[in-house]
Amino acid sequence: MKKFILHSDLNNFYASVESLYNPEIRNKAVVVVGDEEKRHGIVLAKNYVAKSFGIATGDTVWEAKQKCGCELVCVPARFDLYLKISKMVKDIYREYSSRVESFGIDEAWIDISDIASNYEEALKIANNIRCRIISEIGLTVSIGLSFNKIFAKLGSDLEKPNGMVVITEDNYKDKVWGLPASDLLYVGRATTKKLIRGNIKTIGDIATADIKYLKLTLGKMGEVLWKFANGLDDSEVTKVGDKEKIKSFGNSTTCPIDLTDVAQVKSIIYMLSESVAERMKEKGVFATTISLWVKDTELKSFDRQMHVSPTNISEDIAKSCYKLFLENFNWKLDVRALGVRASGICEDEIQYNIFQKEHPKKECLERTIENLRSRFGYNIIRRGNILAYDSLSPLNPHSEIHIIHPRGFFKSK
Amino acid sequence: MKKKFVRVLTDIDENGIKTPKVIDFDGVKYEIDRVLDMKKCPSMKVGGVGERYRVRIKGKETNIFFEDNKWFVEEK
Repeated sequence: MKKFILHSDLNNFYASVESLYNPEIRNKAVVVVGDEEKRHGIVLAKNYVAKSFGIATGDTVWEAKQKCGCELVCVPARFDLYLKISKMVKDIYREYSSRVESFGIDEAWIDISDIASNYEEALKIANNIRCRIISEIGLTVSIGLSFNKIFAKLGSDLEKPNGMVVITEDNYKDKVWGLPASDLLYVGRATTKKLIRGNIKTIGDIATADIKYLKLTLGKMGEVLWKFANGLDDSEVTKVGDKEKIKSFGNSTTCPIDLTDVAQVKSIIYMLSESVAERMKEKGVFATTISLWVKDTELKSFDRQMHVSPTNISEDIAKSCYKLFLENFNWKLDVRALGVRASGICEDEIQYNIFQKEHPKKECLERTIENLRSRFGYNIIRRGNILAYDSLSPLNPHSEIHIIHPRGFFKSK
Repeated sequence: MKKKFVRVLTDIDENGIKTPKVIDFDGVKYEIDRVLDMKKCPSMKVGGVGERYRVRIKGKETNIFFEDNKWFVEEK
């Protein structure tokens, strides 16, 4: 059966929602920013007026103010509101298809192959969705229509705002191949550099390149990108209700102050590990790989990981991360942000090491702590090493913000 | 214009369909003669997204919005 896939992208989502709820700022330069007090004060989103001054996502608030030639409206992010609006938009998509796959809070693929038999019909449906989102929600979307997910996504990026781009089997060479390679999903800065070394600059260059060369330069991804560029991606749009198997649990935070010694780092690692362990226990799973991510004050970051025997105990996770930190961080600079991730998830009962009798004890202790917290709140019982640093207390290890970030394309495969 | 939340006496039938009956605007009650139309819609004038009820009160047409279990009007 011929496939008709839409990729719908809400234009300047956070900033558009803020303008929707606050009509006075609609024609001004608007940026949505993180919490400045917690030092998450960077631009998370901007509207077109702000964009015209060169303000970019990731700019600090003062940078954005300097760039802006007029009054800049800075509004704090309201993730609950964005999630609510996102759900309303996705409910509209679900009226057209049961196959709606979210890609972050503001993007989704919709497989309309069941209700469209040709591009004309598919285009009508896409335009209908676009118009309904404007009239019912008051937001604009850019939609890409194509025969695979990759070109649909690419299409939605080509015309903004309120765009509609159709990429067919007949026109993809004209519409796609001339675009820079970096426009293709999963071609980031590092990949672009490697491609340029081989004089591969456009998507067409990737498509016509020798697949052996791509594999040699980029490994497994070389073949994947070659397939993407040639329109050969055949991944399905995940069905609504299909439960995605969770492959990792993670939490990270930018600290309210730069961390200057190991004791501070240790306390943050424990805080993050507790939240990761709690979520794993909720799902009844265990991790066999623990990773630590560290960002220094020059915003350079690294990732290190180690294998462990299956665990969902916060202390085990924290100890592994702490070990990774001590082995890999040289303290040339202070620490700005930390992240803890547990992967290599298994669901089977764990086989306790016969020499490691304390594990059930630890588990029992952690369950008691979690039980206390669920009844009396998070702060009813805290680790001593966390209490010692009051300035770190605004951290919320149970923040659900992580659910907003786009997940990887390959997770649905 | 500003967003003004109001108390609304509402009839909800056995199918869950809402019909606003009386708007209480700072203690002054306005009886709704007829609901002319209902659709999902944003309020572009005062901000917000929800269900917009176009209603007739004493011969005049106006909008009231239902969002997050609350009613609001676009106050002039």
